[in-house]
Amino acid sequence: MATLTYREALNEALREEMDRDDAIFIIGEEVGEYDGAYKVTKGLLDAYGEWRVRDAPIAELSFAGLGVGAAMVGLRPIVEFMTWNFALLAIDQVINSAAKMYQQSGGQYNIPIVFRGPGGAALQLAAQHSQCPEPWLSYVPGLKVVAPATARDAKGLLKAAIRDDDPVCVIESELMYNTVRDDVPEQEYVIPIGSAEVKREGSDVTVVTYSKMVHASLAAAEKLAADDIDVEVVDLRTVRPIDVPTVIESVKKTNRAVIVEEGWPACNVGAQLIDDIQREAFDWLDAPIARVNGLDVPMPYAKNLEKIVFPNADHVVEAVRHVCHVN
Amino acid sequence: GIVGGHLPLAIGVGYAIRYRDGDQACLCFFGDSVVNIGSFHESLNMAARWKLPVIFFLENNAYGMGTDIRRVAAAKELVDRGKAYDGLHSVVVDGMDVLAVRQVTEEAIERAREEKRPTYIEARCYRYMGHSMADPSHGTYRTREELEQWRSDDPILGYRQQLIDAGRLTAEQYDDMDEEAIAQAEAAAEFADASPFPEPSAIYENVYSDAYAHDIARRDRWRKEFS
Repeated sequence: MATLTYREALNEALREEMDRDDAIFIIGEEVGEYDGAYKVTKGLLDAYGEWRVRDAPIAELSFAGLGVGAAMVGLRPIVEFMTWNFALLAIDQVINSAAKMYQQSGGQYNIPIVFRGPGGAALQLAAQHSQCPEPWLSYVPGLKVVAPATARDAKGLLKAAIRDDDPVCVIESELMYNTVRDDVPEQEYVIPIGSAEVKREGSDVTVVTYSKMVHASLAAAEKLAADDIDVEVVDLRTVRPIDVPTVIESVKKTNRAVIVEEGWPACNVGAQLIDDIQREAFDWLDAPIARVNGLDVPMPYAKNLEKIVFPNADHVVEAVRHVCHVN
Repeated sequence: GIVGGHLPLAIGVGYAIRYRDGDQACLCFFGDSVVNIGSFHESLNMAARWKLPVIFFLENNAYGMGTDIRRVAAAKELVDRGKAYDGLHSVVVDGMDVLAVRQVTEEAIERAREEKRPTYIEARCYRYMGHSMADPSHGTYRTREELEQWRSDDPILGYRQQLIDAGRLTAEQYDDMDEEAIAQAEAAAEFADASPFPEPSAIYENVYSDAYAHDIARRDRWRKEFS
């Protein structure tokens, strides 16, 4: 095992896959000479040349669409958005071209493309640069969406996304690129899209979460253990398709659920998950499901306000106590 | 797609051609409304900068739905929009002249293959019918006189006369071809009308290329259509 940062793990995934298949190329702003705005593509231009690592103009709509067009004729593009916030400009190509081409061509053109970049809040980047795109993207049939929380998962899921024959959106995180560091297997591995993982086993409450909220949830679980509340943390890893069976199995064991995610509450992943849980485990629930999420406002710039809006381990502790009826 | 949504796809095809050192070219057709949308400029820029073998073929029929392009484009000539991009060859052609269109297109394909340079062609033409079933052919945003004037310069009839004048075609041969084409179109329409509608299970086909589609179907199993 090697200990890698989240960023290094992503870089390794890109290198291994680009070595394996020369149909893979990367396009995005600053991915080449600058080594990537967040250095995920560091060294790739030197290793693979400009046709495989292409610095794009600031024109998200058309370089995303360029990827879709190239995918139609057999290449396997990786489109990097400097952040997912900028992908709002490209969303016509993500939704109307990438996600629908397979169906609208009667199965003639599947689109093996990866759209990747960081999502969510970082540190005082304010309203336009702090958004979580997972619910927007998960809404769309034809897309798959992954949001890994660890270096190991980031590498394995990015490799799976690159090998997938459908469009996959990979939601990374500015905050995790450097701060998340864990053991990554030396040998080749791929983590299947659509597979959740129990990151911590427990018997009293199921906390379902993904991306950076996995770390807040694990921290909360440690605090709660001191009070003899045994929390199971299920990391979805993929938010479309959601691994419902793994969630249900856990809820049937603990009979209580808290869903934790970073973004806004309306129509988000948690809202969907509650539907899945009530359909399949209604009779197993001993308490209404609680949700922890970012507050329902554009992210404020002020440091103190951002801190209040952004969910943390203490919020998770409160929610778990609430569903356990413990004050 | 939406207006202009396919220009980025065309540069993607052009990118793939260069990527593999191919000698193909990608022909991309669009209407006059496209010159005002962002993807047009973004795609022309990238095609020119990276020398992509793409031919941007503008069919300028003067109206975007019911709006005269001159009312919404700050350009005297739409071909000028291409001149902002170094390396992009921009050219106007009479879109009602079959042989002229063929010639500029051939030159553009040659340019794409040999020089790896993109071309932007503005073909000036017209649409005889309304934009949609609900849109009359004239009377609201254009006059009958204008329509009649363009009709008198019909590209198919014009080419017919050129061929007859050159002794390459007789009027009888033309009529035979015309009838054959009409019969082919009618047969296609009949075939479509006679074809069965898809089965309900086809709803989940081609949404994903793997088994995930079955998973989506699971949520809707209670519906009678799927029982």
